[in-house]
Amino acid sequence: MGEAVPRLDAARQREVVRALRAFLPERALLWREEDTRPYECDGLTAYRALPMVVALPETEAQVERILRTCSAMQVPVVPRGAGTGLSGGALPRPDAVLLSMAKFMRIRRLDPKARIAVVEPGVRNLAISEAAASWGLYYAPDPSSQIACTIGGNVAENSGGVHCLKYGLTVHNVLALRGFTMAGEPIALGSEALDSPGYDLLALAIGSEGLLVVVTEVTVKLLPKPQAARVVMASFDDVEKAGEAVAAVIAAGIVPAGLEMMDRPATRAAEDFVHAGYDTEAAAILLCEADGTPEEVEEEIARIEAVLKGAGATRLTVSRDEAERLRFWSGRKAAFPAVGRISPDYYCMDGTIPRKKLGEVLRFIGELEKKYGLRCPNVFHAGDGNLHPLILYDANDPEELRRTEQFAAEVLEKCVEVGGTITGEHGVGVEKIDQMCVQFGAEELETFHAIKRAFDPQGLLNPGKAVPTLARCAEYGRMHVRGGALPHPELPRF
Amino acid sequence: MLDTRGHAGVVAYEPSELVVTARCGTPLAELERLLVEHGQMLAFEPPHFGPGATVGGCVAAGLSGPRRASTGAVRDFVLGVRVLDGRGRELSFGGRVMKNVAGYDVARFLAGSMGTLALLLEVSLKVLPRPPAERSLRLEMDETSALEAMNRWGCEPLPISATAWAAGVLTVRLSGAQAAVRAAAAKIGGEPLAEDEARRFWEAVREQTDPFFSGDAPLWRLSVPSVASPIALAGRQLIEWGGALRWWKTAAPAAEVRAAAAKAGGHATLFRAAEKSGGAFAPLSPELEKLHRALKKVFDPAGILGPGRMYPEF
Repeated sequence: MGEAVPRLDAARQREVVRALRAFLPERALLWREEDTRPYECDGLTAYRALPMVVALPETEAQVERILRTCSAMQVPVVPRGAGTGLSGGALPRPDAVLLSMAKFMRIRRLDPKARIAVVEPGVRNLAISEAAASWGLYYAPDPSSQIACTIGGNVAENSGGVHCLKYGLTVHNVLALRGFTMAGEPIALGSEALDSPGYDLLALAIGSEGLLVVVTEVTVKLLPKPQAARVVMASFDDVEKAGEAVAAVIAAGIVPAGLEMMDRPATRAAEDFVHAGYDTEAAAILLCEADGTPEEVEEEIARIEAVLKGAGATRLTVSRDEAERLRFWSGRKAAFPAVGRISPDYYCMDGTIPRKKLGEVLRFIGELEKKYGLRCPNVFHAGDGNLHPLILYDANDPEELRRTEQFAAEVLEKCVEVGGTITGEHGVGVEKIDQMCVQFGAEELETFHAIKRAFDPQGLLNPGKAVPTLARCAEYGRMHVRGGALPHPELPRF
Repeated sequence: MLDTRGHAGVVAYEPSELVVTARCGTPLAELERLLVEHGQMLAFEPPHFGPGATVGGCVAAGLSGPRRASTGAVRDFVLGVRVLDGRGRELSFGGRVMKNVAGYDVARFLAGSMGTLALLLEVSLKVLPRPPAERSLRLEMDETSALEAMNRWGCEPLPISATAWAAGVLTVRLSGAQAAVRAAAAKIGGEPLAEDEARRFWEAVREQTDPFFSGDAPLWRLSVPSVASPIALAGRQLIEWGGALRWWKTAAPAAEVRAAAAKAGGHATLFRAAEKSGGAFAPLSPELEKLHRALKKVFDPAGILGPGRMYPEF
């Protein structure tokens, strides 16, 4: 795949271990293959590589020294949170130190009056809401992996969740970050006030996929937990009708707390797995949630029901109590593992499209299912246009993996073509790096590289991820072409 | 002086997508009128500071109005930009969709950069529906009680969309579903304002035409944690954003104002003054200054875009 894969050099490994052992306790350093093997991949299991060394620092001082040491020795560093990422952002390299932030698991401060929590990056997303619950507060972004994923990883990926149309992404809910640059220089971005002087470096750092800074502390906003929430489950006999119903809800001036769609194959897989009470005969189901005060929820639910009925829903069910609401959501939250049960492997895509293009894109995916002979159920964060087609395949069949990758590439490029993006919330990582060449032109990519150099002049922090080299794009042969002129005609093309 | 007003017009607007794309020179008032026609709004409620305000200027200045504490800032609603960098290269970042994590989030990063990194040509913004109901209430309260009340309410799921305290009077705006506004108004108490009066009041706070902002004393903007204790300076104060924004009309020396803001956990900007030679913006830490210089070079290597506009060093 393009750039040469570096190999593990035993002599270099000894040298790096010796340098890190000078200040790290024995338990904080792994390098024997049986110890490093568990770190060979993140949530994108199709890509694997053994790290040269795994470092598990416990203090900020240790993080700083690891970075200074690696900078001095020119050793790349790959930061890692819980390893639940779906784009290979934490994929190790045999020539690099894998920097696991797993031991940074303390909630340093929770100030209910100021509605903030100051946490270490290894704290799990859900653990923040659990800690805040006794004050009636919670941390809003809720990616499906929230029981396992960490806030540090959320910051790296700018994670979303099922409630982000109303409550925003990670970037909207983080007030401040502390950490280090690759050179080991301390850096503090944002503050507990609502803004900070100078450029908005916080916006740049969040979603930077571990390429700009290593984060050691995150200050998040906590919100008062809505008193009540109810969800409407609606069935449609046609996927496009369901898509139009979504537009109708938004056009009616409603911003639902959550608005999710699943097609029939996804609904059936989820229903078989968790028995959420889904209508498995529907072509698609919508889950539309209202939250707020009990009065507000009643008002909004009535409006949502009216709009969905008008948009042709064939069946409407409103959750009667909290248990039923959670049951309706359980199927959606378990959609990925549910699909995992009906196929040896699945490949999850993450394009975002303008909502009105949903029908066109789903039809396109249906054609690709025939073209590649692979099934592809769809779950859709319909409120914000974020589509997760799940291609079912068998990783033990290299030919099937190859077809899967081509299928995925075509879907992502279609997302760009209809005015969307190749990744809504999972990040580019190694997985979608070639599609970056389709989404961006050479000058934007050059700007990204220049931004990277401003933070990390040696290019040692998580290299090779998120932003492709221009040479790689030339090789991929799908360079974004503006005005018919190929950028960098001097580069060889294959 | 590069006048961008000729590059105007709304490029795309799909109310059901909650996204509007406009050229930089589009008058802000024109864009807001269009949104009102479709029952939508710019939720960060930007100030205009005059009839000539443009969309590009709004995003470049990065200023948000009374709704900021509850709904978010300009940068929170920027989805994408098309720009010219200092080398004259036309670049696009972000897009017209809600969720987009491809590449660094340069579009948000450019919000508030005062035109010192790139010239905004076109911006795509997330818009929101206008709330079905709105009501403003007025309560007599001293500063300490007002700060205490605003932070207490902030911990509860109340539909507060703006707060302003000055001279012993706290004004609170509620926005949302009819039922929610009614229930919250009963809980908060105070005297309701007539609809017209309320609209005029919030507009005057946003546009700084309220009598508080008159007079020759320099106007300082102190951005601090909402729970920061009362700040003691000589002069007059207006508090917004649930306690997180404290405007001061004060002749106190810059060093004293900046120290007071820093002690409260925030920073101070000299917002309006006859004399700004001491610099308007809070100084940066050495690490951040180094990064700012490096990023300025990325976008504007020759240093031709608004030199010294934010900091004299770059």
